[in-house]
Amino acid sequence: MFALFSALESGVIYAIMALGVYLSFRILDFPDLTVDGSFVTGAAISATLIVHGQNPFLATIAGMLAGFIAGCLTGILHTKGKINPLLSGILMMIALYSINLRIMDQRSNVPLLGEDTSFTLITGFWQKLGIDGAVNNLFTAIGLGGSLPKTWGIFFIMAIVTLLIKFATDWFLRTEVGLAIRATGDNKRMIRSFSANTDSLTVLGLGLSNALVAFAGALIAQYGGFADVGMGIGMIIIGLASVIIGEALFGTKSIGRATLAVILGAVVYRIIIAFALQIEFFETGDLKLITALIVVCSLVLPKLLDARKEQARKAKRRQLHRQALERKGEEIAATKISS
Amino acid sequence: MKKLLQLKSVHKIFNEGTPDEKIGLSNIQLELEPGDFVTVIGSNGAGKSTLMNVVSGVLYPDMGELLIKGKNVLNLPEHKRSRFIGRVFQDPMAGTAPTMTIEENLAMAYARNKRRSLKRGITKKSKEFFQEAVKSLHLGLENRFTAKVGLLSGGERQALSLLMATFTEPDILLLDEHTAALDPSRAALITDLTKEIVSKHRLTTLMVTHNMQQAIDLGNRLIMMDKGQIILDVDEENKKQLTVERLLEEFQRIRGEKMASDRALLS
Repeated sequence: MFALFSALESGVIYAIMALGVYLSFRILDFPDLTVDGSFVTGAAISATLIVHGQNPFLATIAGMLAGFIAGCLTGILHTKGKINPLLSGILMMIALYSINLRIMDQRSNVPLLGEDTSFTLITGFWQKLGIDGAVNNLFTAIGLGGSLPKTWGIFFIMAIVTLLIKFATDWFLRTEVGLAIRATGDNKRMIRSFSANTDSLTVLGLGLSNALVAFAGALIAQYGGFADVGMGIGMIIIGLASVIIGEALFGTKSIGRATLAVILGAVVYRIIIAFALQIEFFETGDLKLITALIVVCSLVLPKLLDARKEQARKAKRRQLHRQALERKGEEIAATKISS
Repeated sequence: MKKLLQLKSVHKIFNEGTPDEKIGLSNIQLELEPGDFVTVIGSNGAGKSTLMNVVSGVLYPDMGELLIKGKNVLNLPEHKRSRFIGRVFQDPMAGTAPTMTIEENLAMAYARNKRRSLKRGITKKSKEFFQEAVKSLHLGLENRFTAKVGLLSGGERQALSLLMATFTEPDILLLDEHTAALDPSRAALITDLTKEIVSKHRLTTLMVTHNMQQAIDLGNRLIMMDKGQIILDVDEENKKQLTVERLLEEFQRIRGEKMASDRALLS
């Protein structure tokens, strides 16, 4: 129960990162590996600023801005430097590794123990509201009072923040600029013939995507109590896993539906990981392996299922056809006999 | 009156200085009056598409000038030039965004000649306007406004592309074999729509086609291209008497002469 609760908590924070990946990977059709670096940039900047006594909320926003700049640089590498999308992302990711170390003053880890973070402030505010008692009473009343978390504040406030970001994203993708960004990922030639500059739209889209990723990085650092130079490794795969799981489970009918699916996908991913780590065979170090397996499964399984369905349909059609032929044969035989 | 489109001594050579060197356009002189509807014919590699790409800004010519309404536009990049140039491509998939809805596609086309802002892409007012516009296609698309364009047939997508390229009344309309990839009945439908739309908005149009009959039936002027040059220019009066046979004869005559002169050079 407790593992499940922390999966929910971190799930709604990672969902912001997943929304960023959705913007680059799905909307712009740009597999952007900058994510592995910009996630840490957000974490590093916010942690360093907090340690230096800055306001945690301001520190988080500063991290987000840095992510925006990193994403824009990847976009410029691709559009102006004509470098292949994957390579521009990898180059930026590698470059950010050194930059992140510089931000953290050449230390690989910045602990936030005993510092005021966004979450200590949120929890403090939340506890004054007295909602925790009410929620816990409710759970105890329905017989789930076994292992209740200390506070619901982080989960509820982060769920609200994530939903606000979701609605802002939905709104943005329906504006004139947003429509043009979507078309840039869909059909560049077409939107260029309608006087849109696909280069600057790509740069803007990647900037926004990485701003969200860095924002999530900054929050995860404060949630976990440290920023680490290696915390971004495989982040793109986690983002992808969330996007793919979400889309497969909850559908992509409209933009609003798809962004909701991505958020839920991020939460489901955390829950799967939490359960997988309960299995005794797995060590914590196997996390990335499990992630890779989840992504492989969610990519391959739907195709296998479709193929199997198709086969079943064909077999049925063949059988019907055979039956029809047999009936026809009988009819012919019958007419011959009667004549 | 000012000429709408002017090409002066435009040259374009591909892979210059390599064994694959190929002449795209050679000394093209072309002037279009406002309201002209010019059809362009020629065999493969004659330079028809290169001409389109130079006008639209996809390709930059090696030499020459390009003026629209008397203004030199050679240094305007493709996306800026497309404020006053509408285009329909040969590939029905090329002119629309498949994962977006019909109304979203229309909204993007509608935003062509203004700066895109953070205003809503689709408003109540624009929606009504789009409804009316789509009704004029007589395809029943107005009932499928929120359907993704990827679900439409090739003919429907091409009709939508044509509408999107024209309903903001661009200064020039470029049609690049826009009926070539469709089956005959759909092609006829798009041809009729083209005629209707061009005359409704009095659009200055340059249309490339493989189909000689189409080239004769449409427009008020016909030019024939070969090996990057304009080899025949038929004005409105003479075009009325034109038939496919006469066009073929003419083609043969000009080509024959050229071939003869080539041989003369070699001997």
